[in-house]
Amino acid sequence: MQLTTPPSVSPKSARPSRIPAHLRGPARIGLLGGLTVTLIAVSLLAAGRGQVPISPAEVAGSLLHRLGLDLGPLPSAAQGENALWLVRFPRVTLAVVVGASLGCAGALMQGVFGNPLAEPGVVGVSSGAAVGAAASIVSGITVFGIWTTAAAAFAGGILTTMMVYAMSRANGRTEVVTLVLTGVAVNATAGALLGLLMFLTDDDGVRAIAFWQLGSLAQATWGAVAVAAPCAAVGLAVAAFSARRLDLLALGEAPARHLGVDTERLRVTAIVATALLTASAVAFTGIISFVGLVVPHLIRMVAGPGHRVLIPASALGGAVVVVLGDLIARTAIDYQELPLGVLTAVVGGPAFFWLLRRTRSKAGGWG
Amino acid sequence: MRASGVEVTLGGRKVVDGVDLHADPGEVVALVGPNGAGKSTLLAALAGDLPTPGRIEIAGRELRSYKKADLARERAVLPQRSALSFPFTAGEVVRMGRAPWAGRPEAAEDDEAVAEAMRRTEVTGFAARPFQALSGGEQARVALARVLAQRTPLLLLDEPTAALDLRHQELVLMVARERAGAGAAVVVVLHDLGLAAAYADRVSVLAAGRVRAEGRPAEVFTEELLTEVYQHDVEVLPHPRTGTPLVVPRRP
Repeated sequence: MQLTTPPSVSPKSARPSRIPAHLRGPARIGLLGGLTVTLIAVSLLAAGRGQVPISPAEVAGSLLHRLGLDLGPLPSAAQGENALWLVRFPRVTLAVVVGASLGCAGALMQGVFGNPLAEPGVVGVSSGAAVGAAASIVSGITVFGIWTTAAAAFAGGILTTMMVYAMSRANGRTEVVTLVLTGVAVNATAGALLGLLMFLTDDDGVRAIAFWQLGSLAQATWGAVAVAAPCAAVGLAVAAFSARRLDLLALGEAPARHLGVDTERLRVTAIVATALLTASAVAFTGIISFVGLVVPHLIRMVAGPGHRVLIPASALGGAVVVVLGDLIARTAIDYQELPLGVLTAVVGGPAFFWLLRRTRSKAGGWG
Repeated sequence: MRASGVEVTLGGRKVVDGVDLHADPGEVVALVGPNGAGKSTLLAALAGDLPTPGRIEIAGRELRSYKKADLARERAVLPQRSALSFPFTAGEVVRMGRAPWAGRPEAAEDDEAVAEAMRRTEVTGFAARPFQALSGGEQARVALARVLAQRTPLLLLDEPTAALDLRHQELVLMVARERAGAGAAVVVVLHDLGLAAAYADRVSVLAAGRVRAEGRPAEVFTEELLTEVYQHDVEVLPHPRTGTPLVVPRRP
């Protein structure tokens, strides 16, 4: 799918030795730097907003003091330190982890499926992970302690990813229509299983599962961060490490193999990494959809499709979106909290429509 | 490259049945034959895409014993059709051909190899345009440039001229000859027998998965053989100036 049409370069006017991969290098590094700065700024802002207002400078000051640096002002508000360290920081940190996981999982999945519409939420991997997690909540099994829910989400995620992959591929490609319909089927099945689990469980279980389906960061704790962050880190590292090979995979399975890529192994590692990322995103917050669809798409429009920039930039962009989204979700209405998953779906749903139409017209039909 | 007893069974049918083929450095070998003769399947087997009970050696080493990354530095493959899932530019696609050399001393030649391959296939002007926005013929040449940029001693080309106009067909086979002149072995699937006669050192005529004839084009391209293989009356005439065989279907 072609996303950007550069100023029409006629063959004669183009400089002969112009090879864009190199010329655009510094600009791409600039994008990563810009996203990092934005993420830090948005995080400081988000940590300061809430029932106890704290200025970004005081937030930074509080952080620096904990790091042993006597710089910047400390929060002046009563209970400011506690509000930051017990409530806001775990929440913002988890938002960063979840957002980075979702953005990166989207980019990774799109690369492996060779399809710009692949995304954990759309193809049903998030729902699959949610079923796993809900099953662990309902059954009350705690074999892995605090890790149990994450492990169950991972198991559900990896099973669904493999299923979707096996069902939606034909001749080494995934067609848009097959992928989306597979997602519909998987989401329907997962929805039914979630409904069944809700029926089987008690009131607390119902509330826990409903929370899952809506998606929210309200239950963020340092414990949750401690479980989600390592999963996300491993997934992000694998994705970044696979970036170059994902570029080659865009040529198709056989040509990538001819260029020395072990496509079988790449596929398996990418599927495991996607499931890890989805599990880390879903385990404590439920289903937050469309972040993995929209963010990589925007990055591709700006920086081109090369995965070496796309993957880290999607992770950073996803983190920015989720931190901002969560800030809006908890501050838009006084004393009430919008579910974050609902908020992202309100924005992401129409974006998905638009992408679907674009893909369709570009491919000259459902290709 | 040496292959013997290559057999491929697809869907219960022997598509390639006991084929022997070799291509030495400096040689262009053309695979010709009617549709469904097994040319592309044979090429896929030589590329290592399909399992075969036969023996295939590349640079004196059994194909199966290669790691994929090592093999990518020995042989490059041009597929019949090129697809691309994301809007990479033509320049980026050609650069992908350098991937097997990443992290090796040869990576220093990357820029030069890409620029040369694009110059030879006359696609330098498209470098900044998205591959998917190019015409079929332009895409085919960009794909060839990617394969040339890989700089391997063995080239397997599956119908590189299919989407091209007359001038670019000549250009592509001239490039193939040039690579052979520089010491590469080139195996190329062709439909145009005139092109095969003009540019190949040897031709291998395939029919129903077997080699029907093999040798210099002037020896192999006879009216009897081609008429039988293509099941159509064929005339073979020497070119009045060069003497190269011209193959034309007999028309009323």
